[in-house]
Amino acid sequence: MSLELLGISVLWIFLFGYVIVASIDFGAGFFITYSEWTGQKQVLHKIIQRYLSPVWEVTNVFLVFFFVGIVGFFPKTAYYYGSALLVPVSISIILLAIRGSYYAFGTYGSKDNKWYTFLYGVTGVLIPASLTTVLTISEGGYLTITDNGVYLKLTALLTSPYSWGVVLLAIVSVLFISASFLTYYARKAEDSHAESLLRQYTLGWSVPSVLIAVIVFYMLKTQNVEHFNQMVDLAWMFMISLAFFMTGLYLIYKRKAYGWAFTAITMQYFFAFLAYGISHYPYLLYPVLTIYDGFTNETMAIALVIAFIVGLLLLIPALYLLLRLFLFNRDYVKGTR
Amino acid sequence: MTYDATMYSRILTELTLAFHIIFATIGVGVPLMIALAQWVGIKRNDNHYIMLARRWTRGFTITVAVGVVTGTAIGLQLSLLWPKFMEAAGQVIALPLFMETFAFFFEAIFLGIYIYTWNRFKKPIYHFLLLIPVAIGSSASAFFITTVNAFMNTPQGFEIVNGVITNINPIEAMFNPAVPTKVGHVLTSAYMTSAFVLASLAAFQMLKGKDHVYYKKALKITMIPAIVFSIATAVVGDFSGKFLADYQPEKLAAAEWHFETESHAPLILYGYLDENGEVKGALEIPYALSILAGNTPSTEVIGLNEFPEDERPPLYVHYFFDLMVTLGILLTIVALLYAVLLKWKPHLAHKKWMLRAIVWSAPLSLLAIEIGWFFAEVGRQPWILRGYLKVSETATTSPHVDTLIIVFGLLYIVLTIGAGVVLRRMFKNNPPEQELKEYGWDHGGEKHVS
Ligand code: HDD
Ligand code: HEM
Ligand code: HEM
Repeated sequence: MSLELLGISVLWIFLFGYVIVASIDFGAGFFITYSEWTGQKQVLHKIIQRYLSPVWEVTNVFLVFFFVGIVGFFPKTAYYYGSALLVPVSISIILLAIRGSYYAFGTYGSKDNKWYTFLYGVTGVLIPASLTTVLTISEGGYLTITDNGVYLKLTALLTSPYSWGVVLLAIVSVLFISASFLTYYARKAEDSHAESLLRQYTLGWSVPSVLIAVIVFYMLKTQNVEHFNQMVDLAWMFMISLAFFMTGLYLIYKRKAYGWAFTAITMQYFFAFLAYGISHYPYLLYPVLTIYDGFTNETMAIALVIAFIVGLLLLIPALYLLLRLFLFNRDYVKGTR
Repeated sequence: MTYDATMYSRILTELTLAFHIIFATIGVGVPLMIALAQWVGIKRNDNHYIMLARRWTRGFTITVAVGVVTGTAIGLQLSLLWPKFMEAAGQVIALPLFMETFAFFFEAIFLGIYIYTWNRFKKPIYHFLLLIPVAIGSSASAFFITTVNAFMNTPQGFEIVNGVITNINPIEAMFNPAVPTKVGHVLTSAYMTSAFVLASLAAFQMLKGKDHVYYKKALKITMIPAIVFSIATAVVGDFSGKFLADYQPEKLAAAEWHFETESHAPLILYGYLDENGEVKGALEIPYALSILAGNTPSTEVIGLNEFPEDERPPLYVHYFFDLMVTLGILLTIVALLYAVLLKWKPHLAHKKWMLRAIVWSAPLSLLAIEIGWFFAEVGRQPWILRGYLKVSETATTSPHVDTLIIVFGLLYIVLTIGAGVVLRRMFKNNPPEQELKEYGWDHGGEKHVS
């Protein structure tokens, strides 16, 4: 494997990690707010808090890892995306800042403040929406590139049905992933009330998520035919993804093996995400920047890869400890500790 | 005013960094202090110290949250506001930035565990051990980010051939000449500031008339490290001066209004420049600049006139430097005075004027951090990468930076208010006396619970 490919693969996998852990987090925020409106807050609140409290910071680091990593491996992305995305990414920063800090304020400080919960819930939907615009822009057609700089065609972005399709897909996926995980978590906590509510949410968001994915896929044809065709070539990966979706849905529907159901849904997204990434290859920004001309020098790449391996060796045991103490610890999950 | 993207980008960078650095500094220093309190508590079997560690940790979760979100902001803003700088520098100095994210990971994971496991271990020492990776992680992230900043001051580890960066050596770039003094000074000043901040909280309560022994213990366990670290900060600051004399003489010269290269140079404190550029009203300490630069009065100190006019930093950094040094000396005196009183005149150590001075030490040391950074960063002007890239060549061309300054300004106000309100509520509604009673820890050390 070339270093370029290795670099982008590592980053893409970490981005996927962010997509999953952040989805759980963002969706949970939305469900808390939503259940407050419908008067069912008591059902969900405790279980969601117990899961989120120890991990929210870790979630954020996944994102930091991705953007620091991409600038490290592909410094030219800093130029193209950095120049063009000042406004949309600033919006994401602000949403992330409000969410992260008010989550902490609400959890450790003033418990059960309605305002905090509201901010927390709304940002959970808006952040994925704003972050995915970066993926939309990577399809090409939204930037004006001159010798003086790179500019975003904001109107084109805001009026593009494709762009809104992606936003919708992101939101629905977030809710689906999150609900499926929390269903599993609720069962572990032996909280049957929360479990049945979350199971309904999962089922409710499942079919829409796939439908919207299919629609967005067809919209890509008008946006970037080359990418679309490459995706068609990878149809088998999307089939695997679909098979995982069916498996997950079946298990949830039958109230069986929620752990496996969530794993299947994760795999569903993994294959779709991977296929999307592979078909995007070799472009970081269509059609001006590929992973080859945006790549850093070889020495730096090797240094980064070594740092990455050493870092992982430290990280994996630590993450394992975190999961063991909280996620997979029966007493903790059930709230007896 | 006409729109100037470079200018606005600088303001926005300053704004975010100035805000982030407060929380970053606390984030670096406070874990060390928590560890100290918990360690002493376990060793002496004194629950007052355990309570201190617990309460500091609770407040710390709030400051960390703000540190994390503002850090994420500055991390992204570096690419958004300085795209050409990041494109160029990324090729050479990406390594420590990348390693920093691992330090964050490490810290975040163990902090998450630490906060939620106060009662989960049979032996308290296991819980204490979880704090060590937190302290290492946060100091390591300060180390890595400071190497990046050091690189901006003394870039090395690459060559430019026909405008292309080649022959890159990431390790050499990371361990550039500015690293030892810069990292040393940043770390010691962060520890020092955190110690003062925590000391001032205790002093503040005592001023309000609280007299539980808990507060006296809190004051002592924070002020002793404050002495150590304020002296260390001053010593490393002195080394930083020598570093500047060798590697960034224009920064030192601007800080000292030192125009002609000469030996036996005096140190100029405060004062002002008249129309003719003459220094007026300043306090002059003979030979002191030469001594700061090279330990002997005969050291020759390079003057500002050696540099082309468009490569000189603005002269107002003089005030930043003087103020930082003044505060450093003042704060060291406060800490030493407390210790001397405590040892020889204990009845004076908790007098109102002493406590007031300690309360003031917190805002003043934070101020020293801020102006220290402004000195270091403005003193690098006009360079963003000293000798290679100027600030004005690297800014974004986006037409919206001015609006964003306002938006981010509002964000930081909201965060400040939010954090302030929550912290106040957290500690006011649950004073330590009450909490100690709840735990049956009123007599901290005397009652043995083993
Ligand atoms: C509590 C904070 C604090 C205090 C009391 C001091 N400093 Fe400082 N100083 C800093 C906090 C700081 C800093 C925020 O950490 C800086 C900014 C950038 C850096 O590297 O460290 C800094 C920079 C800085 C620099 C520039 C280094 C460079 O640009 O590479 C010098 C020469 C000094 N300091 C010297 C001193 C001296 C002689 C002090 C005498 C007591 C002193 N500082 C007290
Ligand atoms: C010397 C100055 C700085 C110090 C000492 C420092 C230190 C810290 C600390 C202690 C945190 C909190 C991390 C945590 O508790 O998890 C933090 C957060 C952060 N800092 Fe800074 N920082 C400094 C400057 C910067 C700069 C200039 C950048 C931009 C490159 C930056 C990027 C970040 C990021 C991205 C985070 C969030 C990390 C996370 O999500 O956990 N910092 N910083
Ligand atoms: C957290 C502590 C820091 C503070 C408070 C700080 C402060 C400042 C200030 C005041 C300026 C503006 C100088 C001027 O406009 O004259 C500046 C510029 C800048 N700093 Fe720092 N700095 C810090 C650390 C860092 C670090 C660690 C990095 C590198 C990763 C960095 C990167 C930059 C960049 C890119 C600029 C813009 C160019 C410029 O105006 O010089 N800063 N900083």
